[in-house]
Amino acid sequence: MLSKRLIACLDVRNGNLAKSVKFVDTKDIGDPVSKAREYYLDGLDELVFYDITASHEKRGIMLDVVESVASQVFIPLSVGGGVSSVQDATDLRLAGAEKINVNSSAVRNPDLISQCAASIGEQNVVLSMDVQRVEPTAQLPSGYEIVINGGRKPMGIDALEWALRGESLGAGELVINSIDADGTREGYEINLTRMISEAVRIPVIASGGAGEPQHLVDVLTEGRADAALVASMVHFGDYTCSGLKQDLHNAGVRMRMAW
Amino acid sequence: MKPVTVIIDYDAGNLRSVQRACAEVGLEAQISGDAADVARADRIIFPGVGAAGSGMASVRKNGLDRVLLDAFAAGVPILGICLGVQISLDHSEEQDTPTLGLVPGKVRRFQFDNPALKVPHMGWNEVRVTQPHPLLADIEPGQEFYFVHGYYPDPTNKSDVFAVSDYEIEFPCAVGRGNYFGTQFHTEKSGRFGLNLLANFAKWDGTC
Repeated sequence: MLSKRLIACLDVRNGNLAKSVKFVDTKDIGDPVSKAREYYLDGLDELVFYDITASHEKRGIMLDVVESVASQVFIPLSVGGGVSSVQDATDLRLAGAEKINVNSSAVRNPDLISQCAASIGEQNVVLSMDVQRVEPTAQLPSGYEIVINGGRKPMGIDALEWALRGESLGAGELVINSIDADGTREGYEINLTRMISEAVRIPVIASGGAGEPQHLVDVLTEGRADAALVASMVHFGDYTCSGLKQDLHNAGVRMRMAW
Repeated sequence: MKPVTVIIDYDAGNLRSVQRACAEVGLEAQISGDAADVARADRIIFPGVGAAGSGMASVRKNGLDRVLLDAFAAGVPILGICLGVQISLDHSEEQDTPTLGLVPGKVRRFQFDNPALKVPHMGWNEVRVTQPHPLLADIEPGQEFYFVHGYYPDPTNKSDVFAVSDYEIEFPCAVGRGNYFGTQFHTEKSGRFGLNLLANFAKWDGTC
């Protein structure tokens, strides 16, 4: 039987771990490669790097980071942030990324999803969507709206419709990131995750809001997610990947427990 | 002369992750789509992702089908991974594709009648060894490997199946015959247990 996945996301800026990620062990700041290696050895199932480098000129640094991680970490590696063309996706793949995350660029230009799918394979295209809760309207019947630019710009697109469109354009997986839950540490947006997971046939990764192990249990059972994405929970040192997996396992969620 | 390991490049995905995993276990491997390089190889890795039809077309176009059959006949150790396994059977249901026929059997599509089952089968799943093989020597119950696929190999003879996994149905995930061995899972992305399998391949003489 297929296991549920624990995925950790690392934000990288100019080749360093972003300052917003307040690692307890300060010597780890600035070294995404050793952090990735540490999580890999501690049983993490999949790794996501998000490039938040603002300047386009410095984006090449990310390729070096990916290259370096890919030669030391032998689990699926996904990279996103600022991917706006098939060329960006191809460059990251050559550097060693397995999967490519597209987000805002895909909302502005949905063809990017199908172009990437045709070029690198559907299973390697992850559509990452930032979603906020709204009053249901005729235009937004699900009560959830797509936002872009890190949650700053509402797009007037219904989240459920966008998920289905992304699937039909060839996305192989979805990341559902709740802007409302993000940073609260009060739990994932179960209702949203479940609604989308039940509507699509591709795997769904829940993101945003995790603060304690029970939140992961909830989203992987009640929320029907295939994978749970964590960031600050493990980055701050409050929890470890292996510890979280043990908690999930103890709660009856099927996880990969040997590595 | 120094032994040469070739990872076959036939426009079917990113092969550097396979190369890096080989390097991690001390197996230096070159990536090449040139039939002459493959013909000279002492050890061959046949990876790949994507569709059987287009994959098989690239294999044929570059004359790699001939050299693979020759290498198989000559006893060269060959490791297929993912699409590389599927192409090694006789026929794939995907795009109704006739394939190499190193191992008698068909490649079938998961039926996925249950709407709650996600397509494709993607993630970590347990691999259960059904008969011993030098490449699977280190695998113990409970060890999981990373899969991404919608089709699975189904050899005609049970004796060609070495491990199985479950996704609604039980399906073969490691098949082999003589000096050929293939895994449906991505051994290069399966952590330490996957690396063990590659290390075993690096020293395998092609016999069971």
